[in-house]
Amino acid sequence: MAEPRVFRMPSLGADMTDGRLLEWLVHPGDAVHRGDLVAVVKTDKADVEVEIFDDGVIGELLVPEGDDLLEIGAPLATVVDAGTPVSAAPPAPPTAPPPQVAPAPPPPGPAPASPIPAPRPVAPNARTGDERVAASPYARRRAAELGIALASVAASQPGHPITATDVERAAPSTPKAPVARPEPPPIDQAGAMRKAIGRLMARSKREIPHYYLEEDVELTAALAWLEQHNGRVPVAERILPAALLYKAVAGAAAAHPELNGFWVDDQFVPGSGVHLGVAISLRGGGLVAPAVHDADRLSLTELMATLRDLTARARGGRLRGSEMTDATITVTNLGDRGVRAVFGVIYAPQVALVGFGKVSDRVCDVDNGLGIRPAVTATLSADHRATDGHIGAGFLAEVARRLHHPEEL
Amino acid sequence: MSTLDHQEALAILRDMTRVRRFEERCVELYSGAKIRGFLHLYIGEEAVAVGVMHALGARDAIVATYREHGHALVRGVPARAIMAEMYGKAEGCSGGRGGSMHLFDASRRFYGGNAIVAGGLPVAVGLALAEKMQGRDGVVACFFGEGAIAEGEFHECMNLAALWQLPVLFCCENNLYAMGTALRRSESETDLSLKASSYEMPAWPVDGMDVIAVRDTATRAVDAVRNGGGPHFLELRTYRFRAHSMYDPELYREKAEVAQWKERDPIPAFVARAAIEQSEIDTIEADSKAEIDDAVAFAEQGTDEPLENLTRFVTSELGRT
Amino acid sequence: MTVTTYREACRQALREALVNDPRAFLMGEDVGEYGGCFAVSMGLLDEFGPERIRDTPLSESAFVGAGIGAAMGGMRPIVEIMTVNFSLLALDQILNNAATFLHMSGGQCNVPVVIRMTTGGGRQVGAQHSHSLEGWYAHIPGLRILTPATVADARGMLWPALLDPDPVLLFEHASLYNTSDDLPDDAGPVDITRAAVRRRGDDVTLIAYGGTLHLALEAAVELAKDGVEAEVIDLRSLRPLDDETIIDSVRRTHRAVVVDEGWRSGSISAEISARIAEHAFYDLDAPVERVCSAEVPMPYAKHLEDAALPTARAVVAAAQRTAGRG
Repeated sequence: MAEPRVFRMPSLGADMTDGRLLEWLVHPGDAVHRGDLVAVVKTDKADVEVEIFDDGVIGELLVPEGDDLLEIGAPLATVVDAGTPVSAAPPAPPTAPPPQVAPAPPPPGPAPASPIPAPRPVAPNARTGDERVAASPYARRRAAELGIALASVAASQPGHPITATDVERAAPSTPKAPVARPEPPPIDQAGAMRKAIGRLMARSKREIPHYYLEEDVELTAALAWLEQHNGRVPVAERILPAALLYKAVAGAAAAHPELNGFWVDDQFVPGSGVHLGVAISLRGGGLVAPAVHDADRLSLTELMATLRDLTARARGGRLRGSEMTDATITVTNLGDRGVRAVFGVIYAPQVALVGFGKVSDRVCDVDNGLGIRPAVTATLSADHRATDGHIGAGFLAEVARRLHHPEEL
Repeated sequence: MSTLDHQEALAILRDMTRVRRFEERCVELYSGAKIRGFLHLYIGEEAVAVGVMHALGARDAIVATYREHGHALVRGVPARAIMAEMYGKAEGCSGGRGGSMHLFDASRRFYGGNAIVAGGLPVAVGLALAEKMQGRDGVVACFFGEGAIAEGEFHECMNLAALWQLPVLFCCENNLYAMGTALRRSESETDLSLKASSYEMPAWPVDGMDVIAVRDTATRAVDAVRNGGGPHFLELRTYRFRAHSMYDPELYREKAEVAQWKERDPIPAFVARAAIEQSEIDTIEADSKAEIDDAVAFAEQGTDEPLENLTRFVTSELGRT
Repeated sequence: MTVTTYREACRQALREALVNDPRAFLMGEDVGEYGGCFAVSMGLLDEFGPERIRDTPLSESAFVGAGIGAAMGGMRPIVEIMTVNFSLLALDQILNNAATFLHMSGGQCNVPVVIRMTTGGGRQVGAQHSHSLEGWYAHIPGLRILTPATVADARGMLWPALLDPDPVLLFEHASLYNTSDDLPDDAGPVDITRAAVRRRGDDVTLIAYGGTLHLALEAAVELAKDGVEAEVIDLRSLRPLDDETIIDSVRRTHRAVVVDEGWRSGSISAEISARIAEHAFYDLDAPVERVCSAEVPMPYAKHLEDAALPTARAVVAAAQRTAGRG
């Protein structure tokens, strides 16, 4: 015996999702032909006479007339071929309705392509307790950049939000305001600092198997580009060569993440970003290496401004805790001290330290002859547990490559 | 009745049958939720589309309404492409983006598929303007229901086409009901040809249930339009046997009236007059079924346009022309 | 270099189009024998004849739709709707047909029509003749919306608009027709995709288009006396908007004022404000200010109309508020 076919609740309109079987117009055993009306279905809008698209004999009516709400596709009756005995066999279990043509959730719109360059990162260190002070977004950002607590800034217009100008006006002489989160005490004792440095350096030398790589990087293009750039901008926006070196390192660290992170518990933990530690010597002795957060994503102008700011605050003893602890790779630039190359000690638990000596004219091969070009010696001190020379060499080559293409920095 | 070549007669019956069976299959597919949205069926009106299309050539253009599956089929838009469009598949003639109401096929000069009543008339006038200005002799056949006559655009377009003597054939498919509103309840003057002729345009009423009458009148009209006779208006008096769209409950007309019109079903009427053999009918029916089965299978296998293409063709991807 | 009025520049652009593209023609009310309601097409009927300079009956829907159909049929129609106020009668054709056919047909049917409209208020012509609806049209995907504010742009935007395979709406502010400027004798097509920085400054960005550009420039002169240097952006295109130019400027100045003759609510100035908030929030030193028309039907009495429209003074005040001095 052929499987009985199933007559299901039809879709009766664009808005309809379900209906009620108001009335049967046929009985089991009635012959039906394609186009015959077999039932009346009640929808939200109207009572509709419903036709069957099949030829055969009504087998069994699976739902009674009544008020039950039935979804589109719900089985209503069975249809068998003419001549088939009806209702002798036990009724077949109702077949599952066909998969609902449920409206799919609207697809997320494709992200609009935008030529706008990526926005600058949100001011780090937002949780300073300044949230309740009314200040413009730009003012907040400037305050974070300058390390000023908004609560200590007076708005030039009482009752109005603080503006960036207000913040900048407050910058030079504003003492650090008390904030919700306690900050580490300022580093102000040379002796204590020396001891701390000593411990750190000893530990590094003891625990980290250092390897050293060295590369001379020609700077003709970089210095020429810098001269051109500086010629076009006001004095306040001019960039020092050191910024180019730092930016190149930051970019190379982004490209070689195995050198950007920490060695902890016998494994390498990558940094959350390229937070470039910049070694800054302090007046009266001592050295700190605070982090420039996301150095690879700052423009040169921004990097320059951050360096100035960091240096000022480092020497004024006003660094933030996160700046002290967040560096993922460190650079030490002894160029202005006159040495040709630096082979430094890694700041544990980082895994790399980049060194730069002074920029000087070198004799070098130019078009198969000899010429004189400005260059700097870049060095890498790296933790051999985390990387080997192959990776370190690639990193230094990347630093060199970036310095050869200053317009990309 | 003009002489009717037997081969021509078979071609006409074939087209009317294809349309009828296609529309009937759409009913079933809609009930099975394969076709969604709105569905407006042409059942009963086949003689109009078939008669007029048989008077048009490849260089002519067509603008139609949302009740246009039959027009598209007879124009030569493949049944597969139409069915896939109804299914919303990328292989549809409008890429799945239009659905039942927006069938487009520029290669066959079939410009929709327009869902705003009377919205296609200005476009038809413009296409005709382009024909005339470029010295071509194409005719633009513009189909619309009698409901469009109430819209201001109808009158603007009658006037403009007549004023500028543009090659438009205005084909008013008067099936007596604009959705649920009977003509006598919406027009103070129900003689539609009279209205059109008031714009100084030849306006001819035609029995829209008689496919030969339609074809003959349309042929005369198309010739006249093509040869500088200016726009013409045909009032094609017909009737839709089913509701305005799928499952309106038809509270606005009597079942007896529907039954009366069904007695004038253009297909059996034509079969009788053209003396077509049962075996020929059987062949045509079998061919239609095969064509439609194939179209449905094609649509079932159809693919969805990738989501990332959602914003393609809001504007052109061509360079500057 | 010749001193040229905006009106003359429009006419030169039309001439150039009709001379260089045999498919181009002008169609609209009173463009032929009358010479154009604003005298833009004066003389063109004599030069190009009635086939190419077509006077239409007062049937906006029909002749705009005919422009759409003619464009689909291979012509390059320039449809002139006398003013944006009458374009409402053709809104169905513009939105449901011109803007929609390409996408709805799966890429088959281009509609390369150009529709020119005069727009704007300020001449005491009352509520039904004073609309600025460019921003409304800029809401619709599938349309390009251009707003030439300068003589050079009036001269140069039409040709690229005609070359565009998709519909372009070109809005000419009525108050600009009599303005004049030097125009190079070899002036020609201009870029239609970018906004223009008409004045450089560091302290606040004034964003304007069409009829409001001159207000922004006047305001900039005033502000400079106070030491506030405004950067003035002429949008030139409302759809698409040149986000890059806008955001680059606001990131530098940290303050923005949008000058828009449309009614404030749901206007193009609201869209620009939203985009600035989306892309330059952390650069803003003050909320974005908007100077728009008062939300009233435009009154006839002069003092009322003046009060309803944007003014340079209002722009100055808005800019000063952003600088914390207002």
